Amino acid sequence: MAATDVDVFSNEEKRNLSLGGHVGFDSLPDQLVSKSVTQGFCFNILCVGETGIGKSTLMNTLFNTMFENEEASHYQNGVYLRPRTYDLLESNVHLKLTIVDTVGFGDQINKEDSYKPIVDYIDTQFENYLQEELKIKRSLFNYHDTRIHICLYFIAPTGHSLKSLDLVTMKKLDSKVNIIPIIAKADTISKSELHKFKIKIMSELVSNGVQIYQFPTDDEAVSEINSSMNAHLPFAVVGSVEEVKVGNKTVRARQYPWGVVQVENESHCDFVKLREMLIRVNMEDLREQTHARHYELYRRCKLEEMGFKDTDPDSQPFSLQETYEAKRKEFLGDLQRKEEEMRQMFVNKVKETEAELKEKERELHDKFEQLKRMHQEEKRKVEEKRRDLEEEMNAFNRKKVAAETLSLSQPLKKDKDKKKSVKTENQSAVSASSSKVMMAKANVEPLNCQSWWQAIQCCTCLVHNATWKPGGLF
Amino acid sequence: MTSNIRYKSRIPVKTEDSMEEKQYVGFATLPNQVHRKSVKKGFDFTLMVAGESGMGKSTLVNSLFLTDLYKDRKLLNAEERINQTVEIIKHTVDIEEKGVKLKLTIVDTPGFGDAVNNNECWKPITDYIDQQFEQYFRDESGLNRKNIQDNRVHCCLYFIPPFGHGLRPVDVEFMKALHEKVNIIPLIAKADCLTPNEIKKLKDRIREEIDKFGIKVYQFPECDSDEDEEFKQLDKELKECTPFAVIGSNTVVEARGQRVRGRLYPWGIVEVENQSHCDFVKLRNMLIRSHMHDLKDVTCDVHYENYRAQCIQEMTSKLAQDNRMESPIPILPLSTPDVETEKLIKMKDEELKRMQEMLNKMQQQMHDKEQ
Repeated sequence: MAATDVDVFSNEEKRNLSLGGHVGFDSLPDQLVSKSVTQGFCFNILCVGETGIGKSTLMNTLFNTMFENEEASHYQNGVYLRPRTYDLLESNVHLKLTIVDTVGFGDQINKEDSYKPIVDYIDTQFENYLQEELKIKRSLFNYHDTRIHICLYFIAPTGHSLKSLDLVTMKKLDSKVNIIPIIAKADTISKSELHKFKIKIMSELVSNGVQIYQFPTDDEAVSEINSSMNAHLPFAVVGSVEEVKVGNKTVRARQYPWGVVQVENESHCDFVKLREMLIRVNMEDLREQTHARHYELYRRCKLEEMGFKDTDPDSQPFSLQETYEAKRKEFLGDLQRKEEEMRQMFVNKVKETEAELKEKERELHDKFEQLKRMHQEEKRKVEEKRRDLEEEMNAFNRKKVAAETLSLSQPLKKDKDKKKSVKTENQSAVSASSSKVMMAKANVEPLNCQSWWQAIQCCTCLVHNATWKPGGLF
Repeated sequence: MTSNIRYKSRIPVKTEDSMEEKQYVGFATLPNQVHRKSVKKGFDFTLMVAGESGMGKSTLVNSLFLTDLYKDRKLLNAEERINQTVEIIKHTVDIEEKGVKLKLTIVDTPGFGDAVNNNECWKPITDYIDQQFEQYFRDESGLNRKNIQDNRVHCCLYFIPPFGHGLRPVDVEFMKALHEKVNIIPLIAKADCLTPNEIKKLKDRIREEIDKFGIKVYQFPECDSDEDEEFKQLDKELKECTPFAVIGSNTVVEARGQRVRGRLYPWGIVEVENQSHCDFVKLRNMLIRSHMHDLKDVTCDVHYENYRAQCIQEMTSKLAQDNRMESPIPILPLSTPDVETEKLIKMKDEELKRMQEMLNKMQQQMHDKEQ
């Protein structure tokens, strides 16, 4: 029995059968709802508008909470987005709400690049979701979805028309996110002015091809209310968190000297309509549109960019394969290069440290040499000094000896012949050395006499020539 | 039925009192919005039935959905079945109940286990399931994803014959081949030939053998801790009753003054929907009224994801080795953790660490020298 013998014989003519009784699958929607309630919902709002136009206040009013917000300054260098996530709970429904604020929008002098950070942020959220989807091990069911579901665009209540910045920004955003334009601070416009203003705005949007979000009219349950609301766009809203006593009720309102603007009064502003549409009726549809339309568009563009084409089962997607291979090679190449770099860096560092060490070693050596030399120098000096000292000592000794000799020869001069003593005196000093010599002579040379009479005469001669030496007659 | 009540969405009652209005933001209507949209979109479900011929599969399906799906069937003789191959036959019907539309697909597997040599008779079935996964994978990875048809098999009812003493080898092999691809719910077929004691013994035996062979059948999800005691009790009973012993019937008979689906015997009437006669009602409640969506979820989140992960890994490892494979699936190169690359990275890491240590040592030496 070969596996290729599988006969998939599908009976594609779908038949509509009538049931003989109550089967019970009408609980399917309830099962689905129960599951989503346990999972929790998440919703992401992007508020785009000038600084101070009332974005934070409107959010507070819509969700009936005080989200922490400091006032933004007008002196930001550029536009940056500030997302904040909150967990809300209302009768067992958990909502993870993320509000993204555009800080610094419309404040710069040159606003050409104002829309860029917004578009980048939206794209980044799509990218993150795409990355999660393309992972091998993915967990989409508990992924925190940060894609922007709705962009509330706050239009300043000039009463004339859209600003150029508004038009440019909305044009850039309409293909990426659901836009609902809102006229902010609507308590500065009277009813008739408002009517004209709304018409002007809508006609400008239409003539420039800006696609704003249309409330869906295909579901019978809500089509009526949605289509009537579509006619009221853009909503003119007033936001307030302060409570004012009107009659016997306390309502949220703005108190002016000339009256009280009630937020939830339908004849004062469209706040209730906005809340109804945004939260109570179409929240799920907004999420669906984001996923099914805007995200799919992004994904398609991104994948086409990456080189993947839609394939028929028959055609060979060889260019795909090449692109994939090329990307893989590129990636590996990158990896290798990075490795090389790191290795290089490391080797360099090692070399440097080695060089340093060598340097230090040399220095130490030098020092050592120097010290040695110094030491030797010192030694030499000390040697010299010692020699000097020795010499001095010798000199001193000689002097001492001389002095002693002198002191000995002086007492002999008094006893003996003056002449002789003079002679001796004269000679003593001079011939101190010669006397030695004499004596030496006398000692050394034997007398060469033949007779004793000659010897005596020799002796006498000798005696005549002899001198007296201190210390005794010889 | 108490199980019905449990899954009613808890819609908050919007009070007319304006004081309440003030505090009420309104996103508690989200479940309603979801409900509305899902009803509008409709549901779909694919059920596979597998088991030998004559186990009562078709009859059971008819009893479950209270309709006759199998008009004009041709049953084969024993002779014709000697070398029979397993076929896969799909029946698709659109049924509606109280505004809820369901596109039901029943995948039949005639011929399973009928031939004399049943080696690998489950292969066509696993191939079919894999095919559906692959089809969905390709669709999901394509560029245009507007109209994806989900033909993945959400549940497989496997019919175990009551005539033996438990699971037979072919049952074990079949379930082991399929338990990681589809949610298997084993059933004891034709349970009207067993007395209550025998049923209990057989069930215990089968449960033991399922554990012994490591077969992962579909597990009911744990119920929430905030459910009432009654429900928890019911849930516990349900779990202890598996595998369900079922009886099906195409005929309506008169019993106790009512017209019921049942089988007429000389010794009595077996009522299909009588809880003391068989577990049919439990099966129906579990399959349709309370866990249908969960079966779909488990298929999407567990079986399909496993298939996808496996598929991608095979593809990338093949690509690394041989350049002639087509890969029309967009997957990011960055997200493929090649085992080899990881090893390399680890090695390099260690090398770096060692070099760092050497450097530190040299520095230390330098320090000492200076001192």
